[in-house]
Amino acid sequence: MNNTIKFKIDGKEIVAEKGKTVVEAAHDNGVYIPTLCNFPGVPPKGGCRMCTIKINGRFMTSCTTPAAAGMEIESNTPEINELRKSIIELLFVSGNHFCPACEKSGNCELQALAYRYQMMVPKFPYSFPVKEVDASSPKIIKDQNRCVLCQRCMKTIKTEDGERYFAFENRGNNLEVILDPELGKKMSDEIAKLAMDNCPVGSIIQKEVGFIEPIGTRKYDKVAIGTDV
Amino acid sequence: MPKKITIEPVTRVEGHGKVTIKIDDEGKVRESRLHIVEFRGFERFVQGRPYWEAPVLVQRLCGICPVSHHLAAAKALDVIVGAGTGDGLTAVGDKMRRLMHMGQFFQSHVLHFFHLSSPDFLFGINADPAIRNIIGVIEHHKDLAVQGVMMRKYGQEVIYHTAGKKIHGTGAIPGGINKNLSIAERDLLLNGAAPLNADQMVEWSVAALNFFKAYHKSNQTLVDTFAEFPSNHLSLVRKDGAMDLYHGVLRAVDTNGNRILDDVDYQDYDKYIEEEVRNWSYMKFPYLKHLGKEKGWYRVGPLARLNVCDFIPTPLAQKEFEEFRAYTNGKPNNMSLHYHWARLIETLYAAEEIRNLLKDPDLQNEDLVVKGEKLNKGVGVIEAPRGTLFHHYEINEDDQITLANLIVSTTNNNEPMNQAVNHTAKSFMNGQKEITEGMMNAVEVAIRAYDPCLSCATHALGQMPLEMKLIDSNDNIIDTKNK
Repeated sequence: MNNTIKFKIDGKEIVAEKGKTVVEAAHDNGVYIPTLCNFPGVPPKGGCRMCTIKINGRFMTSCTTPAAAGMEIESNTPEINELRKSIIELLFVSGNHFCPACEKSGNCELQALAYRYQMMVPKFPYSFPVKEVDASSPKIIKDQNRCVLCQRCMKTIKTEDGERYFAFENRGNNLEVILDPELGKKMSDEIAKLAMDNCPVGSIIQKEVGFIEPIGTRKYDKVAIGTDV
Repeated sequence: MPKKITIEPVTRVEGHGKVTIKIDDEGKVRESRLHIVEFRGFERFVQGRPYWEAPVLVQRLCGICPVSHHLAAAKALDVIVGAGTGDGLTAVGDKMRRLMHMGQFFQSHVLHFFHLSSPDFLFGINADPAIRNIIGVIEHHKDLAVQGVMMRKYGQEVIYHTAGKKIHGTGAIPGGINKNLSIAERDLLLNGAAPLNADQMVEWSVAALNFFKAYHKSNQTLVDTFAEFPSNHLSLVRKDGAMDLYHGVLRAVDTNGNRILDDVDYQDYDKYIEEEVRNWSYMKFPYLKHLGKEKGWYRVGPLARLNVCDFIPTPLAQKEFEEFRAYTNGKPNNMSLHYHWARLIETLYAAEEIRNLLKDPDLQNEDLVVKGEKLNKGVGVIEAPRGTLFHHYEINEDDQITLANLIVSTTNNNEPMNQAVNHTAKSFMNGQKEITEGMMNAVEVAIRAYDPCLSCATHALGQMPLEMKLIDSNDNIIDTKNK
């Protein structure tokens, strides 16, 4: 039985294994679709909408949509790229993202997406929310100014017993991802580093190692995000 | 009728300031002030941030000499992370920072001399302002202009290879640095294609110095008497009295050369220096506590440094230093326009020091960072191009900054700049019926000699340029001239 399907993205034929999502199939075929909240090994949720595409004329999130034979997909089009840029701008204005002094600069996926989609100044007004910095853990700082609520830390940073270090608190506009204060005090260096690495922005910062990576060697210093696809 | 003249904004300086000059019924200057009208608030919004962010965040005070803030903050944080007070770093950590700092000095001094001040020397204080600017220099003195641009470029390249970026890099981190200098980078800076190599920079620095000395020779009265007034002088010096722009102890001399502060560990700076607030300026007025507000103010920057140190540890600059000191028979030099002379001697020192450092194999070492027992307070002091720069931080047990106090170079020169404005206004405007553009520029020339960075000094929002207002004794505005 044939285990592959064929469909098209921007006119290019994609051959994919059955069961793959559109974004996985696209990346397997060298076609970049941007993502932010999506993370390998974690069930997709389509939260950030960065991976929005048009399937047969209808907007869908490519991280949650299983690839199906015969799909006609639009991705790298002016209309969709403008939409993606707007999503990036909304994320920038809804938090306090000050790249010049952020140590995640150069390794930050949000910043890299902003460069890739050529965001200059957001077209939306800045909200400048008043946010707290939780520095109570001896290993990390949780900076709410920069959190984009992607849940990557909630889903990937766990104890050996499966307990989550991070969880949601509050609702609506006040929704935040917080660090469990007890687990935070017992966090290892390895978990702290993993949490920082898995955070797409500078919301989780490992203590004492700030700016250890020189400019020029950071992930997106010389190549745009998505170049590796 | 009494008048008040306002010059706003002051041009060809970094930042935004204005000057007011009050003239009485007899046409004599009654009072003059340099107002700094910018406000920024870095000391406040750095609070709550993790301490290691400070060197990268606070350097955004300035785009001209961010390296100075970057390094002063890093030095303060060295103390906090237990790496000692300036001499505890590894050899590569110390020398990479020094190289970065010398690159900064070189480009900043060159920028000031060639881009901001040379138009006054080349065309004259009273020349047509349409020519008396950097474009005029390019048009009429092309070789000199190109030299200035290339020298500044070289300094920026040194910063790029040590800090990662030409402006606002990240090279210095608490306890050391995040990169060493590769052999390829060293060779590029030391022996790069002409003119961008160390030897050429030394040669051009000597030429710039000779240019100023020739100007001095043919305009001796102007250069020697322009805004000349007695003052104290303060700077860092190496323990043995040598000029050291990166690290040392605080020393101050009075106008006769007597030491009024000596061998002071800058961790205790707040025992010796106080800041006064005056309601007409956002820039504070620092003074030496034990001498009080009236007698304790001091100059900083190139002139002060050459008045305070005993010698310069590079041969060509030392020779020039000896000539400079001999000019005032070894006594402190109080002539404002001699700031330019002193600045160019320091430019030569920076070029020689860059060449020396590049030949040092320690720059290729791998032990970049040291740390020890953490403290909750650290003070970093450095000689920035414009003078002594103080950074003081305190942190809580969660590594967040709870207090930041910055005394910026230009702030230290606040009272001297006001004195210089006053002297110049009196010399050029007393008894004059009409205020000319040349007179206003003379006031600016006095301010410009100090190479003030007004945006740094108020830690600032806003634009730059000089407004002069003529105000009568009842404070009514009679006349306003803008530039």
